[in-house]
Amino acid sequence: MRFAVVQFGGSNCDLDTQYVLQEVCGIDTDLVWHRDGLKRHYDAVIMPGGFSYGDYLRAGAIAARTPVMAEICRHATQGKLVLGICNGAQTGSEAGLVPGTFTINAYPKFISREVHLRVENTSSPFTSHYRKDEVIQVPIAHKEGRYIAGDAVIRRLNQENRVAFRFCDRDGTISEAANPNGSIENITGVLSKEGNVLLMMPHPERASEKVLGSEDGRRIFDSMIAHIEEHA
Amino acid sequence: MRYTLKITITLKPGILDPEAHAIRHALTNLGFRTEDLKTARIFLITLDTPDEGEARAQAEKMCERLLANPVIHDHTVEVMG
Repeated sequence: MRFAVVQFGGSNCDLDTQYVLQEVCGIDTDLVWHRDGLKRHYDAVIMPGGFSYGDYLRAGAIAARTPVMAEICRHATQGKLVLGICNGAQTGSEAGLVPGTFTINAYPKFISREVHLRVENTSSPFTSHYRKDEVIQVPIAHKEGRYIAGDAVIRRLNQENRVAFRFCDRDGTISEAANPNGSIENITGVLSKEGNVLLMMPHPERASEKVLGSEDGRRIFDSMIAHIEEHA
Repeated sequence: MRYTLKITITLKPGILDPEAHAIRHALTNLGFRTEDLKTARIFLITLDTPDEGEARAQAEKMCERLLANPVIHDHTVEVMG
């Protein structure tokens, strides 16, 4: 089993993500510079957080038009796993991997803090190690994280159980007060139609070891590993 | 022919524009009374195409593929000559 963490110019959570996969989860993980492309088989591709291309034009917009992105989309079309975290989520949405977009926070400020998330979907390759409606603690760090999409898209996401996570309070209540960035229906993790792509603003790699205050994020990676093992 | 295109990207009606709110607030602090404020982004692009129609067509494609995000943006294209 092998994961790739794709590095765009300005990615800065690439090493943290590789560290968690390799050292904490024990999975061979290559750092792949975007210009080098996906040169071998990968079971999962992760687009890490950061500020690719200075967030010029729109966060993730430039990274989404690099040639490696076409390879990542092909990888997704083949049913293999793609996880976009923070800037990786913005990039993935710019590339059309899931509908909707992540845009400037309702209060246009960079927010870096712990938040609570309610796990909405526990059947996806990314969330099988959680319990339905479980409340987890994972940090966010972004200024362009407000998820928005048209009414029809939101309805479809809900009907098809494609919302992975929503911002909530520590008791699991979904409220405006628990919504740090103004995302529609507190949505902050969205799955593709086939469920093999997850784009999320919170940083699971920053909540994968006890010493960091939470291990709740690690189960995303563990879920992915279990999924790949089951389908090997 | 050489054409300069003026491409204006605006937020669709109803999409929250926090930057506009903040700017309007600052104008209010300076004593300006405003009824509304919207932000937009303008690209001036010069290119060489056989005719104006082709220049416009290129501009539309640029908007679709990169300059605008159809989820939140509208765009207009003006050929400036």
